[in-house]
Amino acid sequence: MTDLYQLTDLSKGYTRGREAITIFEQLTMSIQEGDFIAIMGPSGSGKTTLLNLLGGIDRPSSGSVDCQGVRIDKLSQGKLAKWRAANVGFIFQFYNLMPTLNAAQNVELPLLLTNLSGKARKERVATALDIVGLADRARHSPRQMSGGQQQRVAIARAIVADPKVLLCDEPTGDLDRKSADEILETLQLLNKDLGKTIIMVTHDPSAAKYARRELHLDKGRFVEAAELAQ
Amino acid sequence: MNDFTLIRKNLFRKKMRAILLIFSIMIAFLIFGALGAFYSVWTSGSSSAADNRLVTVNRINFTVSMPFAYWGRVEGVEGVTNVSHASWFGGYYQEPANFVQTFAVDPESWLAVYSELTMPDEQRAAFFNTRDCLLVGADLATQYGWSVGDRIPLLSNIWQKQDGTSSWDFEVCAVFDAEDDTLPTNYAMFHYEYYNEALAFNRDNIGWMVLTTIDAAQNDRIMREIDSLFANSPAETETSTEAAFNEAFAAQFGNIALILLFVVGAAFMTILMIVGTTMVMAINERTKEIGVMKTLGFPAPRIFRMVLIESILLSLVGGLLGLGLATLAVAGSAAAMAAFLPGLSMPPLVLSIGLALAIGLGFITGIIPAINAQRVTIVTALGKL
Repeated sequence: MTDLYQLTDLSKGYTRGREAITIFEQLTMSIQEGDFIAIMGPSGSGKTTLLNLLGGIDRPSSGSVDCQGVRIDKLSQGKLAKWRAANVGFIFQFYNLMPTLNAAQNVELPLLLTNLSGKARKERVATALDIVGLADRARHSPRQMSGGQQQRVAIARAIVADPKVLLCDEPTGDLDRKSADEILETLQLLNKDLGKTIIMVTHDPSAAKYARRELHLDKGRFVEAAELAQ
Repeated sequence: MNDFTLIRKNLFRKKMRAILLIFSIMIAFLIFGALGAFYSVWTSGSSSAADNRLVTVNRINFTVSMPFAYWGRVEGVEGVTNVSHASWFGGYYQEPANFVQTFAVDPESWLAVYSELTMPDEQRAAFFNTRDCLLVGADLATQYGWSVGDRIPLLSNIWQKQDGTSSWDFEVCAVFDAEDDTLPTNYAMFHYEYYNEALAFNRDNIGWMVLTTIDAAQNDRIMREIDSLFANSPAETETSTEAAFNEAFAAQFGNIALILLFVVGAAFMTILMIVGTTMVMAINERTKEIGVMKTLGFPAPRIFRMVLIESILLSLVGGLLGLGLATLAVAGSAAAMAAFLPGLSMPPLVLSIGLALAIGLGFITGIIPAINAQRVTIVTALGKL
């Protein structure tokens, strides 16, 4: 497997009033294409911040984020938006679907950024909804669906533009166990069958078990499993 | 689906709010459209006034009369080509609600001064030669179904005859039209002599004089000369151009322009604040969704555009509804108000200004929410660090 991401000496901090707060410092790691990583750690450890940096929705204080030769930390906002649209699918804890749009329209949203024809977009939407098992719910609004179903629509929205990587922020955090397992199985399927690289932030150890590998982030650094056991 | 679908869905995501906003905007533009149409009619007199036509009235007020003898003296002023006079009769037909604008004039000089009034030659001759002839404007004739040969009694609340009656009998012997369709033809005229001889009071007086000059460039001198003729007399005069006189006449209804400005301005400012605040709140409610759209790759300028178009669309829907309703209201009331406001209709200029105002209102109320939506960072929008 080839490297998809290369993070080098990555630091991120912010200021609150006069106080400078460091989230992590000098973080170096690589993520390979086709991997399924679960990033775990206590609240405030920087999991979501790391995910934001990988997705190009936040910028590091220093260091570099390289994705297949593209220094995304150096891209302008406009180029970064284009890069996100082409390369990354996001899945959020609270689904973040547009309440005014039905399932199919929500899934179609990222395709408005492409040059695909209306017909081609419809075909893609149908395929994406079929993959997540919601082909029969295309016309339903988010309000008419359960949390699990909404999250599956969100997954369909994340994969419809065929991105290389899926960034999932607590994708099962708002779901019951059964729905959570269904979502995680879907993610596993996307990783194994469609080769999507998945980076998932989670608090849930049983969710992390679906990943190929687990990374524990604590106090701004990755902690080895043995160290963690102590 | 396209951007417009998103804009439309966002606009009506809270239907009651959208309907109330559109209703508020509609009311503002209804007021604007209706007042604009009225204002346009009120001021149309000045635009149709001839450059070389002057009006002389009593200096106290144009409703105060002046001696008939003034007419002959003004004729002698150098540079005056024609001069005529008129006296307000008013009057109504059958019942007070049927108001008829009527003037007592000197027929031949009047039609010489107002050469744009047209009628068949035999009717013109009949008007000159028939003492009780009523020369009726085409619109007025249509309004009451009068035609040449009809005998019409007009009643006056002011002018009593020497026999103690207030009913004045006329024969419609001519119907006039105007060369220009925009000129009013909703009034009637009759012989001053017929009126003056029968009057119980205020005899040998006239209401005002209208005259034409040889050259508009000489207007100032002629105006000064005429007024100096009657200086220090019991009935001093004030001469002005016909355009200025018409504007002064319109001003008796109040300063229409100022009223229009205040009413529409107040309505617009109120609506501007309501719509502006509501748009800011509506976009704030959607901050997270804007963050999600940016996360998906929607560029900030595109989001800016969508929010601004949403605001302009809201304003346009309300504005067009208001202007449409105003057009209907004006069309509906035109017939009933024909006696006072002939040619009342919705001018295209008012519609164009209204349309521009609607777009402007949408732009002003949408620009701040659009800038906010453009500037908000994804991390902030999603409520994360």
